[in-house]
Amino acid sequence: MSPAATVQADASPAILIEGLRFRWRLDRPWVLDVPGFQLAMGERWLLAGPSGSGKSTLLALIAGIQRAREGRVAVLGHELTTLSGAARDRLRADRLGVIFQMFNLLPYLSVLENVLLPCQFSAARRNRAQAMAGSATTEARRLLAQLGLDAPGLERRPAAELSVGQQQRVAAARALIGQPELIIADEPTSALDADRRLDFVTLLQRECANAGAALLFVSHDRTLAEFFDRVVELPAINRIPMLG
Amino acid sequence: MAILTLAAKSLWNRRLTSALVVFAIALSVILLLGVERLRTQTRASFAHTLSDTDLIVGARGSPINLLLYSVFRIGDPTNNVDWSSYRTLAADPQVAWTVPLSLGDSHRGFRVLGTDRSYFAHYHYGRHQPLQLAEGREFEDLFDAVLGAEVAEQLGYQLGQSIVLAHGAGEVSFALHQDKPFRVVGILARTGTPVDRTVHVSLAGIEAIHADWQSGAPLPGVHLSPEQVRQLDLTPKTITAFLVGLKSKTAIFKMQRQINEFAAEPLLAILPGLTLQQLWSLMSLAENALLVVSGLVVLVSFTVMLAALLTGLNERRREMAILRAVGARPWQIFALVLGESLTLALAGAAGGLALLQGALLLAGSLLETRLGLTIAAWPPSVHELSLLAIVLACGLGAGLFPAWRAYRYSVADGMTIRI
Ligand SMILES: Nc1ncnc2c1ncn2[C@@H]1O[C@H](COP(=O)(O)OP(=O)(O)O)[C@@H](O)[C@H]1O
Ligand SMILES: [Mg+2]
Repeated sequence: MSPAATVQADASPAILIEGLRFRWRLDRPWVLDVPGFQLAMGERWLLAGPSGSGKSTLLALIAGIQRAREGRVAVLGHELTTLSGAARDRLRADRLGVIFQMFNLLPYLSVLENVLLPCQFSAARRNRAQAMAGSATTEARRLLAQLGLDAPGLERRPAAELSVGQQQRVAAARALIGQPELIIADEPTSALDADRRLDFVTLLQRECANAGAALLFVSHDRTLAEFFDRVVELPAINRIPMLG
Repeated sequence: MAILTLAAKSLWNRRLTSALVVFAIALSVILLLGVERLRTQTRASFAHTLSDTDLIVGARGSPINLLLYSVFRIGDPTNNVDWSSYRTLAADPQVAWTVPLSLGDSHRGFRVLGTDRSYFAHYHYGRHQPLQLAEGREFEDLFDAVLGAEVAEQLGYQLGQSIVLAHGAGEVSFALHQDKPFRVVGILARTGTPVDRTVHVSLAGIEAIHADWQSGAPLPGVHLSPEQVRQLDLTPKTITAFLVGLKSKTAIFKMQRQINEFAAEPLLAILPGLTLQQLWSLMSLAENALLVVSGLVVLVSFTVMLAALLTGLNERRREMAILRAVGARPWQIFALVLGESLTLALAGAAGGLALLQGALLLAGSLLETRLGLTIAAWPPSVHELSLLAIVLACGLGAGLFPAWRAYRYSVADGMTIRI
């Protein structure tokens, strides 16, 4: 075990994985056995792999929603395997942005409220958004506009009324608010048609670049490869062969 | 704080279900508090009816029955007390005062009470309050009547009104003492007791209208005019019961025994407060049954809430995962669902209380005129507040289970929710 729970943040990679082994439950087979993986600060990678290969599982470990008991997962200089649940939740709230495959939004909140949600759970996020634009709301509006969601009245609409493409962009705005250093996205484009897919990826790329955030983008669509610094095949770094 | 706002918005998003749950809880709270309020206020109202009377004496029979017919005008006496017995006991050196009571007639559904003027001096209610005349005077003449406040108000009677008494206590009576009308000479101030619903006349007046009657029917071929009746000796032969005030409270039990062992006829003396207690302990079985039933209804309403929350929960795993992804802690997910239960329970309790108050404001006057019950609408008693607290605690208890389920989901689900 590394004694340094927090390495100097600037020097440490966004994600560092060593000797990670994970299974969901003791009576279930191993899903991941990743000897090494490293994503530097500000880099934007595509993580590919067939369905069921453990991509979402890996993201859950990086997000600190799940904890690996074997090996090392360090995110932004924090050792997640030894960090308490509370500290992992805090790290995620303060410094990570997460985008799901679909249904990213709380249906009973407006578009704007959905974007501002991370600021409700993290004072650090709120303060940074404020520092950026004067107020968190202004920053949320700026992000929505950047993502092409500045149609009048849209921000007050219930999230459930939006099209899937719009919902995904709202989710991107939410992941980006308050300048997180790492964005992880779990197949955010799989519910979109081809045109929207390209739009979304370019927009997300641009915003991550602007904010200097690292991006780990999961997709089994390798046509998106050209937009990323690198493509990593999960089966290539995972020693557990896929079942069935 | 953020979590509570979210809970409120999430509930609002499911407002139809939420409203139904709140309605169910509110109904159960109305039932629970209504039963409780009726119970305590009935007791208070009964206890308020008679004050400063040490003993009530009637023919031997059930003590509760004696109390009910002599003071509350409920039910009928089985037997009478001989006038001579009354005179003998009233003359006892321990006795400070007595009030004779003679019941059996009515006027348009209101009981008629024959008594004498000691009634106005010694009948006390509430906290030692004497009766007071709102208008007119006490009865003096044979055919004078003094009305309770409610009688005058409901029938719209004024001083000088001529009224005819009926034999028996029913609302509709065919045996009227039509030939000997009474005149209203006084109207009493409102007391909130059965006195308000009573027509008071003198004992001699009662005697006079029955002078040409025998065993509940007019004697055939005999008719006495009011003037002829005035010539007769109108000393009553019997009375229904009498109230006794003693010179010293320490003599109560001695006097009671003395009356119960009275040689000339079988009599019964009761202590009004003690007999009221007996009545309540008799009633408590029914009251407790009602309380248990309303408690069960509260449980049912929370089962409804539990069902509504649990059904929604599986669909909301996605919501929990989103909250976790933006940094919510598992205990916050727990608090979110628990907060929803608490909000529903609070809204239900407040709604129930408000509806009950509203209903009492609307129906209060009806209860008062029909049953002589004054049910105060506000404020809720400490006991009611503690019942409400128990209701809220039940809501919290019922909310623990879905909250724990949501907590478990939020820990077990990763990035993908597989429903
Ligand atoms: N929340 C979970 N609980 C238990 N097992 C899970 C959970 N999520 C995924 N798994 C299992 O982990 C394995 C990898 O799934 P996943 O990470 O979702 O793959 P991918 O995202 O690459 O399709 C599968 O066998 C899946 O059944
Ligand atoms: Mg997946």
